[in-house]
Amino acid sequence: MAAVPQLQRQFIEYTTSLYNEGYLDDQFTQLQKLQDESNPDFVVEVVSLFFEDSEKLLNNLATALQQNIVDYKQVDSHVHQFKGSSSSIGAQRVTSVCVLFRNCCEEKNLDGCLRCLQQLKHEYINVRSKLEALFRLEQQILQAGGSIPMME
Amino acid sequence: MEDDNAEDMEVEVLSSMWPEDIDAAGKKFNVEKPGGDQDLLEDVTFIEEPTIVDFKRLLELTNYSEKGSSQLSYLVKNWEWKQENAVRLLREELENLSKQQHESELKKLEILEEHQFEDEIYGCDKRPVSILDGVDDIFQDVPKRRNDVIIQDERLEIDDECDINTVKYWKQRALHLEKMLEASVQREQILLEKLEESIENLEKQSSPVEELSQILKRADNFLHFVLQNAPVVIGHQDKELRYRFIYNHFPSLREEDIIGKTDVEIFKGGGVKESQDFKREVLEKGVPGKREITFETELFGAKTFLIYVEPVFSKAGEAIGVNYMGMEITDQVKRREKMAKLREEIAVQKARETELNKTIHITEETMRAKQMLATMSHEIRSPLSGVVSMAEILSTTKLDKDQKQLLSVMLSSGDLVLQLINDILDLSKVESGVMKLEATKFRPREVIKHVLQTAAASLKKKLILEGNIADDVPIEVIGDVLRIRQILTNLISNAVKFTHEGKVKINLYCTADPCPERSNILLNEHEKNEAQSQETVVWIRCDVQDTGIGIPETALPSLFKKYMQAGADTARKYGGTGLGLAICKQLVELMGGRLTVSSKEHQGSTFTFVLPHKVPDLSESSDETDEYQDMDDNESMEDDKTCGFFQFSPRTLGSLFSSNGSRQTHELPRNVHGFDKVDRSSIITDQANTDHDDQDRPFHNPCIQKNRPSDMGLTRDLMRVNSGKTSGSIFSNTLERSKSTERRKVLLVEDHVVNVMVAKRMMKQLNQDMDVVNNGVEALRAVQRGDYGLILMDVCMPVMDGLQATRLIRSYERTGNWDEARLAGVELDDHPSADQILEPRRRIPIIAMTANAMSESAEECFANGMDSFITKPVTLQNLKKCLEQYLPLNNTV
Repeated sequence: MAAVPQLQRQFIEYTTSLYNEGYLDDQFTQLQKLQDESNPDFVVEVVSLFFEDSEKLLNNLATALQQNIVDYKQVDSHVHQFKGSSSSIGAQRVTSVCVLFRNCCEEKNLDGCLRCLQQLKHEYINVRSKLEALFRLEQQILQAGGSIPMME
Repeated sequence: MEDDNAEDMEVEVLSSMWPEDIDAAGKKFNVEKPGGDQDLLEDVTFIEEPTIVDFKRLLELTNYSEKGSSQLSYLVKNWEWKQENAVRLLREELENLSKQQHESELKKLEILEEHQFEDEIYGCDKRPVSILDGVDDIFQDVPKRRNDVIIQDERLEIDDECDINTVKYWKQRALHLEKMLEASVQREQILLEKLEESIENLEKQSSPVEELSQILKRADNFLHFVLQNAPVVIGHQDKELRYRFIYNHFPSLREEDIIGKTDVEIFKGGGVKESQDFKREVLEKGVPGKREITFETELFGAKTFLIYVEPVFSKAGEAIGVNYMGMEITDQVKRREKMAKLREEIAVQKARETELNKTIHITEETMRAKQMLATMSHEIRSPLSGVVSMAEILSTTKLDKDQKQLLSVMLSSGDLVLQLINDILDLSKVESGVMKLEATKFRPREVIKHVLQTAAASLKKKLILEGNIADDVPIEVIGDVLRIRQILTNLISNAVKFTHEGKVKINLYCTADPCPERSNILLNEHEKNEAQSQETVVWIRCDVQDTGIGIPETALPSLFKKYMQAGADTARKYGGTGLGLAICKQLVELMGGRLTVSSKEHQGSTFTFVLPHKVPDLSESSDETDEYQDMDDNESMEDDKTCGFFQFSPRTLGSLFSSNGSRQTHELPRNVHGFDKVDRSSIITDQANTDHDDQDRPFHNPCIQKNRPSDMGLTRDLMRVNSGKTSGSIFSNTLERSKSTERRKVLLVEDHVVNVMVAKRMMKQLNQDMDVVNNGVEALRAVQRGDYGLILMDVCMPVMDGLQATRLIRSYERTGNWDEARLAGVELDDHPSADQILEPRRRIPIIAMTANAMSESAEECFANGMDSFITKPVTLQNLKKCLEQYLPLNNTV
């Protein structure tokens, strides 16, 4: 119980670090703002949807790039989707890798694409673990009876 | 016997000696012409030639030259061998003969012995010679057995018969012996004769010259056989390069014309000297050589010869002349030259190809660079427009004077950059052929007026802006109003830029095909419905005239080129990118028109463009006009609609603008086709400076223009009227608005779950109802069924993208049916009621949601009929603004 302020401080610090390190951008704040009493789990829902979608997309990308003849158009469209969803939740780093990825696609640079995919996976896993940690922290605060501090 | 022998040997000798002795042999046969002449078909009895060749020279040669001597020695050896053989044979013969002689002598001796014996007998007797003769007849009867074998017997007989008939017998015997002797003598005689004959023969063959000449003759025959038809010339020239021998199968000159003469003495023309020099060179250097020489002589025309010249040395090693061999290779040279030429051509071709490839490569690179520039520009533009929009919003808040000043600088700088980027984008669009033209109805008068208003709003000089529209210009025409406005704005701003005092004028009039019905239509607005539905094309000419600095004649040709300005001074003094006019020209040409300029320095310039426009079927627009009239109840409408003259002075002069007497402030937007309605609203309702600063912003970027703050009631009213006009009357709408109860639904067309979720949540927060569909086809179905106040359209979607969907929706709005959509393969419900009930069909604002990629560029969005775009990720702020602007009944405002 007494841990609530500490948890809250921790939460704020952690969130701030996520912004500072570029994992997240303002779009995430937007999401947080959209969450209210009527939709208490909005952020988690959206982000889970994002995770689900991302894993599907990463699988699709991996498959597409393994083909003998790579259909760059298809790859590009996957990346485009990834870019859209990641920017929607504010996963900034993922988004920027997507931009690089699309450039590689345009150049039909398979090596580049594979590298980007690797990077994309990496960034995705990073942001996922960060966000999961954040959500756990949130859970803890809520369980401890505290409220989630608003950023800004 | 001897002859046969000799012949055999000769053949053998010749075949083996030929290669070695060819020079020596050649010398003897050659009739040299520096260029053989095949054209003269004179067939020479060649065999005669060698006889002409002087043996003296041959001897000389054989004596002096090494080769000659070796050949000679060979010949001599050969001759000696033959002689030896002959001698041996003769000796044998002689031996034979002497043997015979010996035998015959022995015989003779024998006979003589016998004679002696007889003599003895005769001695006994008298020798009656006469008797002997006389008893011939007697003796004839007797001899029956006169054989050598019998002789002995006879002798015996003689002995026996001696007694009996001695005289007669001896007589007979003597006669017989005499005869034998005679025969022997005769034989001896014959043998002697034969011997003599042999000796004579021997003497006859003893001349080596004859022998040699025979051999040579054979060699000659051989040569002749081989060289009969060969196009070669073989010759020998002495130290002074005088011909000593020459062989030429097709001689054109007689021997005496050649022998003893040099090339130069024989021929005249190109190549002769060269060949002579070459021969001399060989002679001097003592090294054989080959050379190709092209002769150009009167004697046999142009011919190329490959000549081989070889020095001939004396035994002392001194060069005494040259052997010369020439072959005519004119055809080969020709062929070779042709080949060389071909090869050269191929090389040139290849070089050209490489060059071309390089050019293509460069072009591709250039295109890429351009594309990149365009992409970058676009990427820059999106955030920049955000900055500018925000600045605009900021400018409406309470600011002190300094802040306002700073903000205005910020805005104008932002505008400049935006303009530049737009220019670059436009240019690359037009150049790459991506630019699509839209055909929308618009009113030229309004366009002119707006452009002038816009220009006037930002005018900082004491200039008068005037617009003159001739009566024959249709009220409404169809064309790409965005582009036309762009051109006009560009030309006007250009004119204003370079004019320091006086006027800038736009004259608009029809040129080629003026519509004669125009005045009637003007008079009978209401009858238009029934009147006509023709779609004629009018050519409208537009002059943009200024009284500015003008353009020097020298600068005119490069005026429309990219990044070119009239002069370096101009650029420094007036700034600008030099893209504007290039874009104008390209746009005008894209629309099928022409842009020209005429100018006088210090007096002003006139830019003129002529464009074809369709005149629309007027029935549809009249409805709307009616509506406006109902709604506005504004008597100035008619005036304004046909008004042909506008004049604006800069706001610094006091009034915003004045028209020909009518109350401009009451003017209301009539353009239901959307693009400029907001502009107009804001102009009318808001005469604040800040707002006018916006006016010269690129009009085709609605994002900037439309994100203008519009919290003034009237503006909202107007917007409401424009976009929110439904089946109900204006009045009811107004009522609804005041209560703020009814909200039109928003349709979100988006395939991505996360985006959908976020957008949904945002809408919820904004208290806005929203339907969601996942692709363009679904969007069409939704539009067909439902009634939406606004569509948010993702651009990239599966099945059907946002651009196509928008196009099809616009087509529906225009035509009232979904034929085009069905044509595109979209299955739609047969929903006749939906097709017909909503008439006239409103134009639903469609906002694109783009991710800032080139492929979904704003231009493309507009070209496909979208009204604006918001960039992804969508923020609450953006969404809110968008709703405020396009769906003004929203509660949250």
